[in-house]
This record gives sequence, C-alpha cells and structure tokens, in this order.
Amino acid sequence: MPKTYADLLREARASIREVTPQDVGALPPGGATIVDVREASEWEQGHLPDAVHISKSYVEQQIEGAVPDRDAPVVLYCAGGVRSLFAAQSLEQLGYTNVASMSGGFQAWKSAGLPWEAPVILSAEQKQRYSRHLLIPEVGSAGQARLLGSKALLIGAGGLGSPAALYLAAAGVGTIGIVDFDVVDLSNLQRQILHTNDRIGERKVESARKTINALNPDVTVIPHEEMLVAGNVDRIIAGYDVIIDGTDTFDTRYLLNDAAVAKNIPVVHASVFRFEGQLTTFIPFEGPCYRCLYPTPPPPELAPGCSVAGVLGVVPGIMGMLQANEALKILLGIGDTLAGRLLLFDALDTSFTELKLRRDPSCPVCSTEAVAARAEGRPLAIPSFAAPAAEQPFILGGPA
Amino acid sequence: MSVVKIPTVLRPQVGGNKEVELAGATVGAVVDALTTQYPSLKSQLLTADGELNRFVNVYVNGQDVRYLDGLATAVAERDEVRLLPAMAGGEHRER
Repeated sequence: MPKTYADLLREARASIREVTPQDVGALPPGGATIVDVREASEWEQGHLPDAVHISKSYVEQQIEGAVPDRDAPVVLYCAGGVRSLFAAQSLEQLGYTNVASMSGGFQAWKSAGLPWEAPVILSAEQKQRYSRHLLIPEVGSAGQARLLGSKALLIGAGGLGSPAALYLAAAGVGTIGIVDFDVVDLSNLQRQILHTNDRIGERKVESARKTINALNPDVTVIPHEEMLVAGNVDRIIAGYDVIIDGTDTFDTRYLLNDAAVAKNIPVVHASVFRFEGQLTTFIPFEGPCYRCLYPTPPPPELAPGCSVAGVLGVVPGIMGMLQANEALKILLGIGDTLAGRLLLFDALDTSFTELKLRRDPSCPVCSTEAVAARAEGRPLAIPSFAAPAAEQPFILGGPA
Repeated sequence: MSVVKIPTVLRPQVGGNKEVELAGATVGAVVDALTTQYPSLKSQLLTADGELNRFVNVYVNGQDVRYLDGLATAVAERDEVRLLPAMAGGEHRER
C-alpha cells in the first residue's frame, strides 16, 4: 500500500532526533554545523548566525563539502521544521551519525526572540559575475561580500602591481588604491599589462583605473598620484586592509614597513630580478617584518633595479599574481599565508624554494620593546641606512 | 662538499656559476673557501671585522644562520648553503 505524506512525516519524526531553538541557541560557538536547508529566496530574508546554506534539493550533493566528518554534530533547520526532518534522513543515509533537526524551524527561532541576521545580498549581476567564487565553500556569498567591502593598496602600478590589480579587481575587491606618480612609458609594456600602447605618456594611476573599471565596474579605484614619503605614508595607508608592495627602492620599502607595522596592516612583498623572484607576506607580529629580514639595505651596486638589470616580463607577472593570492587569503581569512616563509622563484629552472624566516627579537620596529616604546611616544632609534662601502666597485655583469 | 647557491647578482664574480661546491665544516669555513677562490666576493659578503654583512642572509638547508650559530653554524656534506642579498626590484618606478 502506498505511503502518504503523513506516513513519511511520522517515520521521519520517529527516526530523527529533534532539538528546540533554545537548545541550538545554547550551543557553544562551533558546537555544531548549523545548516539552513531552505530555498535561497528564504535564506536571503534572514537566517541563524553562523549557519551555512544548502538548499534541501542540494543537500546530498553538498553536505560532504560543508561537513566532511560524518561523526561531527549537524543541526538542520528549515522554515517550520518539516523539510529539515526529511533532509536529516538523507544525511543519515549518507552515514552521518549525529544529525538533529530543529523543531519549529526559523519561525520558532524568531518567535523565541533568538538572534538572526540578514545576509549581504549580491545583485543578480554580481551573482553571475562571481558565480565561480560563490561555488567555493570557503568563499561563498559571505566571502564575496567581504571582498566587496575590502580595501587593498597597491604600491606601484608596474610589473608586480599590474597582474595583482587585475586579479584583485576581477575577484571583486571593492576598493583598490594605487600609489604611483609615474607615466606610462613604451618600455613598461613588456610586462606592465595594466597599460596599453595608446596610453603612453598617460598617468599610470589613470591608465590603471581605466583598465580596472573596464574589467569590473564594482571596483572603486583610489588614485594616490604621489611618491610615498615619510610625510604622507600614514595618511595614504590608513584604512586599507592589505598592502601589495611593488616598490623598487629600499628607502620606500623601509618606510612602508615601519608605517604598516605601526598600523598593523599586512604587507605582501615581492621583488624580481631578471629570471628570479622573491615573495613573502609580512603580517605584523605574526611573522617577521622587512627589517627583521634585512636590517640594513645593501649598497646600490649589489641590488640594481630592473631598469638596470632587466627582467623577464613574465616573472613580475607570476610574482604579482602570487601577491594577489596572498592578499585574497588575508581578506577572506582563509588558508595559510607566507608569513614567516620566503618563497624564491627561478624562471629558468621553473623551481620554487622556500626559506624559513624568523622575527628578530631585537627588531627596532616590530619587537615587543619597539611596540612599547612607540606606545610611550619614544620610538626606538633605527640604525643608520649607510651601508659600508665595498672595497672594490661592483660591476654588474662582471669586471670590464 | 656543500653546495653553495649563488644569487644572480653575484654570479659574474664566480664565473657565472649558479652553484659552487665547497668544503668546510661551518658556514664560516665555507664562506672562507668561497672568498679565497673568488676574492672579489669578500667585501660583498663580509664586514671589515669578518662578520656577515647584514644585507646578505645565509641559509643552511632553508634556515637562516643568524638564528642558528651564525658563521659557526655546522655544515654537513651535501648541505645546501644559500646566499641571499636583499633584492631591489619591485619595479614600478624607473627613475
């Protein structure tokens, strides 16, 4: 004899443990994965804090991504407590051993006066634009909303800044600041892919803005057409969530480092030379800062810039994209950054090497003593920049 | 013999070699062997007092010797010693 809906519901009630909204509200943070199995249109009207959304029609396909451990506690809810019972049966068939359904659903939760939140609503166009992000559990609409509300600062719209800016813009980082006072030169176009042939002579910040907005109009570009100096660094970096460092002078790099540590802003650093690149992420107080790594700059002859030494265009391309990857992880709060690790890239070998970096306990900028001294308004003295002169002149490419 | 990895910027001074095999039981001994063979490197790597310059980091098997035993850090057969001066180039500004 065919079963009725009432039969199915009775069976589900008999086999699935039910918990009250009060029980769920009393769970400690992370005490269970709370899954909202309603339709997307219902979810958008509001949901339990920290819940994940998997529509009942997708629950079998997506639960393993959200809850890989079949013995982990899972609480399902819907609007009234029926759909979540049936969804819980599916989970039990999949081998989940600790599944409960919240009786009365979201209606009972709200009636009990328990807290709920409305998700950030992406427009229909944004849902389509970022659909590949929305499919990733670690990003999803909450992560995408976070990116749209984030601010990244690029020091330089050059070889490193170009690919970083393009990918951050494509990813929907809502505000991208660019510090650059240069104009587009023909010799830039071998690698600085933000710029184009018809923009030679144009200000780089303006050229960058055009390219970024042509790619993604969601992004607000803030041009800082000035050289980063002691008098403006605090003002320029204020309010940014992450900084992408593409500077090529040591004085700018130290200036940026010191200001970013004081404001607790992560700096994703890269540098390139011919076929090689270096990359690390300086997260204040979590890993070393630039001064921990190199307390003093080398003499100029030991560290020629790209305009002297040259660079294979794709090398800053690769390093700049790795910078964008670091920045996105920082903004989303996912994964492990390169804090405390220096990544070397050799394009000729196609090899990556990783070196371990440590915080210098006597660092004049990021040590405990330095932080305390700054707080008292008497920052520690920083050893002089003057590097000892080499006994013999260094000639790139060998002695003549 | 340990393998000393030479950064691009210093390669012209070691005959264009990307790596050099050198004997030495400590970082100091390896650096001595290197600068004896290629004397023009000495002022790049060492201060007048014979200490490592602060703008050159030396790693043994990926670990910074400043946090090991400095020049006294032991180097075993086939260990990788990497010289790494600070690199200038990001490269947005070419002036």
